[in-house]
Amino acid sequence: MVQKLDHLRETPSQTAGPYVHIGCTPNFAGIQGVFDDLGADPFPGEGDRITITGRVIDGFGTPIKDPMIETWQAGAGGTYGPGTRGWARIVTDPETGEWSLNTVKPGAADGQAPHIAVWIVARGINLGLNTRIYFPEDDHSADPLLSRVEHRHRAETLIAKATGPSAYAIDFVLQGANETLFLDI
Amino acid sequence: MQRWQMTERLIPRDLSAHPRAYAPDYKTSVSRSPNQPLLSFPTTQTEITGPTFGHDMIGQHDNNLILNFTGQPAIGERIIVHGRLMDEYARPLPGCLIEVWQANAGGRYRHKKDGYLAPLDPNFGGCGRTITDADGRYEFLTVRPGAYPWPNRANDWRPMHIHFSVFGHSFGQRLITQMYFEGDPLIARCPIVKTIEDQTQIDRLVAPLDMTMAQPLDCLAYKFDIVLRGRTQTRFENRPEGM
Ligand SMILES: [Fe+3]
Repeated sequence: MVQKLDHLRETPSQTAGPYVHIGCTPNFAGIQGVFDDLGADPFPGEGDRITITGRVIDGFGTPIKDPMIETWQAGAGGTYGPGTRGWARIVTDPETGEWSLNTVKPGAADGQAPHIAVWIVARGINLGLNTRIYFPEDDHSADPLLSRVEHRHRAETLIAKATGPSAYAIDFVLQGANETLFLDI
Repeated sequence: MQRWQMTERLIPRDLSAHPRAYAPDYKTSVSRSPNQPLLSFPTTQTEITGPTFGHDMIGQHDNNLILNFTGQPAIGERIIVHGRLMDEYARPLPGCLIEVWQANAGGRYRHKKDGYLAPLDPNFGGCGRTITDADGRYEFLTVRPGAYPWPNRANDWRPMHIHFSVFGHSFGQRLITQMYFEGDPLIARCPIVKTIEDQTQIDRLVAPLDMTMAQPLDCLAYKFDIVLRGRTQTRFENRPEGM
């Protein structure tokens, strides 16, 4: 016999369900006057803005209408924080499933190519899904995450497309041929 | 010259502690579960850092779901839900945001997509939030949510539950889960609960009645402790230049 390790196990996840917005963005859900929705602007009043738009697409190819997305990124100088600076909470259009993030372009942090971390929860997602957004104009050759990806077309699912000046688009595809590369972070 | 460099990392996630993504008895998971394996990689600054929230953002009644919607009391069985937030090394996690949402005492959510027959309570919104104290403790005052039916298999009912959204100090610790109530016979029948295969992990979501915190002639109490991933340090040896 040996001593028993007394470490704890992580509490298991459960789906955020269809009503996640009641708890996380109550005003968006129509519950006004209790408290403000958090994460509406990751960099209030700062710098050169970019806009990223996209959808979360299920295995039928249909944009889902009920996810909640959170993002976390470095500022233009490549440093994280403090406080909620760099953190956004994003809801999708309840009719079209489109989301958009207005933020600043992150700088390179920690030897990595500029990127935004993404966490997606929704009904039917039992454990929140992690992924990243990279930008097409940057050099990705030394990025420690992208250089681990064996199949090039899988890495490409993380790279947004430029759609105009300071505008990008990327879809998160939950399943199928164009499935987004999700991360065990 | 310093021989070792230390860098903070997250303990790799034990995915067997969590539900499976694809769980066909929970029908919506079928088309929303990735088929490809997740990509594992060493923790970077991006995952070890995360947003932090100050106690000053929390209003007086934010953690009081009985009063925080209109100021008039909600209908239902009054309960305290309390517990500790800690990491895998049982270290308390202070200053962390916890958000909750739930149905009212009849099992109805204040949401335009919820058409259940049970009526809305005009004094119940259904959301609350708080920030853990220096010992990682938190507390909510609320009413016990009702069970409710949901469209899945022909006759599926959710056990009484409260949804929890939990932040640690790292973006990689982010967790959403649900708390159930000791003694509810619907727990064992719920396909969402059973997306978790390990029964000992299911048990960790079931809050016991805690009479030490119950307030005489006022409310019962349930205790729900939450464990997030641990952080530790990786050390690596400095190599001399040119090697
Ligand atoms: Fe629910």
